[in-house]
Amino acid sequence: MSISAEEIYDDGPLYEAAKKVYPQKITGTYRRLKWIVLWIALGVYYVLPFIRWSRGPNLPDQAVLADIAHSRFYFFFIQIWPQEVYYFTGLLIIAALALFLSNALFGRVWCGYACPQTVWTDLFFWVERQIEGDRRARMLLDEQPWTAGKIIKRAAKHAIWILIALATGGAAMLYFVDAPTLVRDFFTLRAPALAYIWAGILTFTTYSLAGFMREQVCVYMCPWPRIQAALTDNDALNVTYRVDRGEPRMSVKEAARAQAKHEPAGECVDCLQCIAVCPTGVDIRKGPQLGCINCGLCIDACDTVMTKIKRPTRLIAYDNDENRERRKRGEKEVYHLVRPRTIMYAALIALVAGIMLYVLTTRANSHLSVLHLRAPLFTQTAEGGVRNGYTLRFSNKLSDPADFTLEVSGMPGVALSSVVAKPLSDGRLGVRLDPDSTLEVPVYVTTAPDVNLTASSTPITFIAVDAKTGERNVVVDHFFGP
Amino acid sequence: MSTDPVQVDKVSGQTTTGHEWDGIRELNTPLPRWWLWIFYASIAFAFGYWIFYPSWPLASNFVPGVLGHTNRAAVLADVAFSNQVRKEMTADLQKATLQQIADSPKMLELALAQGKAAFGDNCSPCHGSGGQGQKGYPNLTAGRWLWGGTLDQIQTTITHGIRAPNDVDTRSSMMPAFGKDGILTAAQIQQVANYVRALDGLEPEQGVDLAAGKQIFADNCAACHGDDGKGNIDMGSANLTTKVWLYGNDINDLITTITYARNSTMPAWGQRLDPETIKSLAVYVHSLGGGK
Repeated sequence: MSISAEEIYDDGPLYEAAKKVYPQKITGTYRRLKWIVLWIALGVYYVLPFIRWSRGPNLPDQAVLADIAHSRFYFFFIQIWPQEVYYFTGLLIIAALALFLSNALFGRVWCGYACPQTVWTDLFFWVERQIEGDRRARMLLDEQPWTAGKIIKRAAKHAIWILIALATGGAAMLYFVDAPTLVRDFFTLRAPALAYIWAGILTFTTYSLAGFMREQVCVYMCPWPRIQAALTDNDALNVTYRVDRGEPRMSVKEAARAQAKHEPAGECVDCLQCIAVCPTGVDIRKGPQLGCINCGLCIDACDTVMTKIKRPTRLIAYDNDENRERRKRGEKEVYHLVRPRTIMYAALIALVAGIMLYVLTTRANSHLSVLHLRAPLFTQTAEGGVRNGYTLRFSNKLSDPADFTLEVSGMPGVALSSVVAKPLSDGRLGVRLDPDSTLEVPVYVTTAPDVNLTASSTPITFIAVDAKTGERNVVVDHFFGP
Repeated sequence: MSTDPVQVDKVSGQTTTGHEWDGIRELNTPLPRWWLWIFYASIAFAFGYWIFYPSWPLASNFVPGVLGHTNRAAVLADVAFSNQVRKEMTADLQKATLQQIADSPKMLELALAQGKAAFGDNCSPCHGSGGQGQKGYPNLTAGRWLWGGTLDQIQTTITHGIRAPNDVDTRSSMMPAFGKDGILTAAQIQQVANYVRALDGLEPEQGVDLAAGKQIFADNCAACHGDDGKGNIDMGSANLTTKVWLYGNDINDLITTITYARNSTMPAWGQRLDPETIKSLAVYVHSLGGGK
């Protein structure tokens, strides 16, 4: 028997075109919930940069602002300096834990309702549906030759998409500079080039991700579905086709016949509505899968059909396999929303949030750090004393100027000097800081002539007191000698 | 060997690749085609890069690319840009006196930053990264100055240098080579070296006649270094009574100094650096702890 090489090695296609998904319009509980989340999310995104928050004359009055140029981040009453970036670490930890918690409760609901990819894709679907019609009309339009009507519809769709994308990309820039000023400058072509470049990049990503990539982002690009699969457990409530109720699927008439003969008849009528409405094009009846974003639109679709044929709803529901087994055994369904795993996630969120809140409310308005000069480690002066040099950095986080008095303890009889600070009558130094600023102050500490140092290294404490607030900053370093 | 090249897995309904291991067949899960396009687009990008940017090495040269981009030109442009920015920032320093700079926090901050950078580039090879100096190169932090430690004196020293051959206004003085030129004998040099050490409170050698040393000092050295050995900044003669020594205070160091004289030099930086940089350097050096 002879077999050609082509036959043996014909492994099928290595690449395949993406199967276009044409989600059908649907109404129902979860669709309504999705619209609510969508409008809240978009509302927050567009309104937040325009909210004002007065911080005094020297600081910007935008409530939420990432001021890259001056390296400050503002969030209402909170102002964060670059060295306090750990607050963002805390927020990211909370965000991750919240994602885990939502997953432990309701699976990938983040994906289905609040993820920007879902929100914008939903918005783009809505535009598409308004212009090109519902599922069947869109499928037909794709098949049609390029008539004037098709061209007009397509042009209108893409024009609106690009406008939305532009508004999305442009609005992202509002978080980095004063929003009203940027809006004015943007349209009068006086905004910085960087604003246009970034707005352009984000416009392109919005247009391509929400208009074309859609579910491909969830299936191929996003890491969360992979991680989620490893984090889920038996109690998480995922969108589930209740196999025990649904199978064997058959039409209403067939079911009536089967029941008459006392044969098993499932409630699923195989109408394929759950697939038709799915934004990622999966068949939920095959069980949990990578493409399923847990949005619940198939629940709305199934409930609509079940209501029409007067069967109990929720053949597809937020459920899990444990309950399926319980139903098979004739037991009552159990929903373990409160269980060790969810309690632990919630407790961890509360713990991290508590720590952050504590650190935030008790943080000081000023800061002092010290760095000993290494070259030279110490100097023997012409007068016979020993001098050590330190670089002190003062920070004033208030919107008013601050006056600090600097003194040292642990080294009696030493003199302080600095070209930046003002000597005070009692031997201390006066340091003045501008509002919301830091200042590097070289400070020299010199012993009296011919003092015998008892050790080659002596601890020395710098104490800076804010004259107005009385806040004390204390840092310890060492004084070196021969 | 399979005679049915395209097989379908019964459970998943997916085709397999035909590869089989111990009865397990690998499912064929094709990559999305757009992924392949991105791969092709990257190749197209590479071609574009070859055309626009320097790419292929040739025997003695390289393909320059139509944009004519070179990293060297980019660096020069960056340097020119930063110089331009610096010029604007240092306009104030140009007009201000050294004292005005020292008294204005804004100008002082700029001068210290600029002075620190210029010091690292130009001065630290001899004077050390923190101005601590080394044997033969003065310590700028100790407050012992040959030519004076006020802002203006430091500026003059930096601008005109010390014994700089190409600057007529350079700081200049010449200590005689007492031994080499036969002014003093070796024994006399030893006596005066011990006397100089005693001025600084250092232990003299056993059996050396300090009184003779004192007389030799008065006859030969006091004209420049002063009767008390405290030196004179007008002529750059060293103060011999401090703990800080430029060429070391070991007896042999001193004998070498007196026998041959040192008379080291410093370049006249006025011919290399612009006036604002020298002003910044003067302010910075003055701030290192030794400034008067």
